[in-house]
Amino acid sequence: MILQNVVWTISLVGMGLVALGFVYVIRQAGKPADDAATRKAAHTSNLLRRWLFGSLLVIFVGGTYATLHRFPIAPQHTPLDIHQVVDVVGQQWSWQITPDTVHAGSPVEFRVTSKDVNHDFAVYAPDGRIATQTQAMPGFTNKIVYTFTQPGTYKVMCLEYCGIGHAPMTSEIKVVAASGG
Amino acid sequence: MAALTMYPDSERLDGGNRVAFNLYIITAVTLFVLMMLLGLTMRLGQATWLSVPPDLFYRILSMHGAGMVGTAALATTAVMWFFLRKYVRLHLWAFLTNYVMFMLGALCIIFAIFVDGYGALWTFLYPLPVHGMGLWSPNAAALFMLGYLLIGVGMLVFYLDAAAGIIRVHGNLGRALGLQWLFRGTIDPDHPKAVVASTMVVIANTLGILAGAVVLVMGLVNIYYPEMALNALVAKNLIYWFGHMYINATIYMGVIAVYELLARYSGKPYPISRPFLWSWAVSTLFVIIVFPHHLMMDYAEPPWLVVMGQVVSWGAGFPVFLVTVYGALTNIYRSNMRWTMPSRLLILSMFGWAAGIVPAILDGTVRINLVMHNTQWVPGHFHFYLLLGVLPMALALMFHVIGQRADAPPNTAADRLGFPVYLIGGLIFVLAFLDAGHLSVARRMATHLPAWTATDEVGSIGAILVVLGMLYFAIRITVGLLKAPARGEPHGGTANTAG
Ligand code: HEM
Ligand SMILES: [Cu+2]
Repeated sequence: MILQNVVWTISLVGMGLVALGFVYVIRQAGKPADDAATRKAAHTSNLLRRWLFGSLLVIFVGGTYATLHRFPIAPQHTPLDIHQVVDVVGQQWSWQITPDTVHAGSPVEFRVTSKDVNHDFAVYAPDGRIATQTQAMPGFTNKIVYTFTQPGTYKVMCLEYCGIGHAPMTSEIKVVAASGG
Repeated sequence: MAALTMYPDSERLDGGNRVAFNLYIITAVTLFVLMMLLGLTMRLGQATWLSVPPDLFYRILSMHGAGMVGTAALATTAVMWFFLRKYVRLHLWAFLTNYVMFMLGALCIIFAIFVDGYGALWTFLYPLPVHGMGLWSPNAAALFMLGYLLIGVGMLVFYLDAAAGIIRVHGNLGRALGLQWLFRGTIDPDHPKAVVASTMVVIANTLGILAGAVVLVMGLVNIYYPEMALNALVAKNLIYWFGHMYINATIYMGVIAVYELLARYSGKPYPISRPFLWSWAVSTLFVIIVFPHHLMMDYAEPPWLVVMGQVVSWGAGFPVFLVTVYGALTNIYRSNMRWTMPSRLLILSMFGWAAGIVPAILDGTVRINLVMHNTQWVPGHFHFYLLLGVLPMALALMFHVIGQRADAPPNTAADRLGFPVYLIGGLIFVLAFLDAGHLSVARRMATHLPAWTATDEVGSIGAILVVLGMLYFAIRITVGLLKAPARGEPHGGTANTAG
């Protein structure tokens, strides 16, 4: 499953659980309890809170480890020894991508910068979903390392608002099958 | 129990206080309606149901962003003032100075956008303001920034007055936050939550506004002395440090309404506790250092800052879920809850905050940001907790006050209809954004690809409902505030004490 769908599912489940919690409490909200029941409810509520704290802590630690133990961003200051290098320059309102054809199956290093304002170099896969992106900031060069798996025509869009020509600021990258070498 | 008096004397609005409060609130609800109409215009434009030329779209987007953020701050400042003045001495002139500066700043911004064509959005990301490419001049950008500075100065005046008042009563800001009770000691049960929250806002947002002032002044200098170029990465850090804290401060000011009002409607005491103090201490730190999550796709940003951005974004969920929202739910559970407009809105605000933070936290993850950054996922999550969180907090106080004038909590048939229209419209509207983000629809685009318009259409329908609901609220509140107070001034109406 692609990452966006995973995130969407987790969000729906998370928001749904929150909503269920609210519905449950709201249904109980108009039924005042006597003193004994109030004390019991306070006790249960404290217990539940600890339990919730514990689960969130597990998610926090586990999730942080899982998403960060391999830092998702390529090293920016050491040479990467990657054979396919693509230079990307954004400017109001076009992309200059050299070369604009790459091979699937082996990593590509994009070196992305801008001549004027901030842009964002986003690569859309043929299915219309974002595959990867980085900001194109004047004065800086950001390096993405990405390995295309599917050959096809990838659309490049600008994802940082850069003036009136922002939406039409698009381009293309052709990904061809691995060169059997 | 004094804390459960529905309309305590100490909250009485008379003379200048009443005028000031009415000015704030009537301005705020009017601006909310207008800004929502601009929002609807953009959504209809994206759905191609309305033709909105790109230059106009981006000016509307600039106005909507700056206008909504500013108005949310205006409304929630009134919330903070309304309650904080019971505990510390606040000067009316400071509160009014903030209002006047806000209006002057707003005029500059409106003029910059609609007369001078400014269209570099509420984030004025350097160096776009000086690269208008003929659409706007550097002067327009300067006027826009001047407007921000005026608003910021007004806010600082109010915060300094609040800080002085707090320090006079509590000695210093740390004690006002209750830091002395984090590990030991008996917490003073009368230590007001409103003071804790206000102190955090004063600390964090003063820092934020100062950062904003620095980058605004640097930007202004650069406009007239282009050879004094800024470092784009430093400027972006400062802008988001400011922007993040400024908009988040609205939540922390607004939530005071929940702390103060909820118990009156549930009839159950809502005492201060150690977890509460911890949650505010931690949130103070978190809100100050979480901003790098806006720069995750800037690979030039030092990695430790990016990691901090992710870890703190996740951590920020703890106080919200475990203390604020959980505490509110515990308070109403098996209570004698009276469902009227204020109480409905208070609970809605807790839901909007808790649910909206889920997609927000996910987006604060580097790996996820890689495919969600600057998609409509972002307006999806922040509209969730602004539209369904912050606004309901402020609206709850407004309805509470008009209830005070009428001597009973508002709950007419029209209210009972307006509320679900706003709620359902709001849910449709924000879920359409989130779904769009999941489908990789870019944010901040005047024209959408044909494949994207389905979510735009659904979002537009939700937005129409929200606008209708808000229009009704605005009229109801304005009329209610201007009505002569019920019999003398508000006493009466004690809360329903349980049992
Ligand atoms: C009927 C209600 C509303 C509608 C229809 C609406 C609509 C929109 C739309 C269409 C956008 C641009 C989305 C995009 O990037 O493609 C937007 C952005 C935004 N909205 Fe709203 N909105 C509403 C309420 C609010 C509220 C209540 C707030 C805050 C209190 C708010 C704050 C913002 C902000 C800060 C932005 C970002 C501006 C930017 O990207 O520079 N909106 N809204
Ligand atoms: Cu762009």
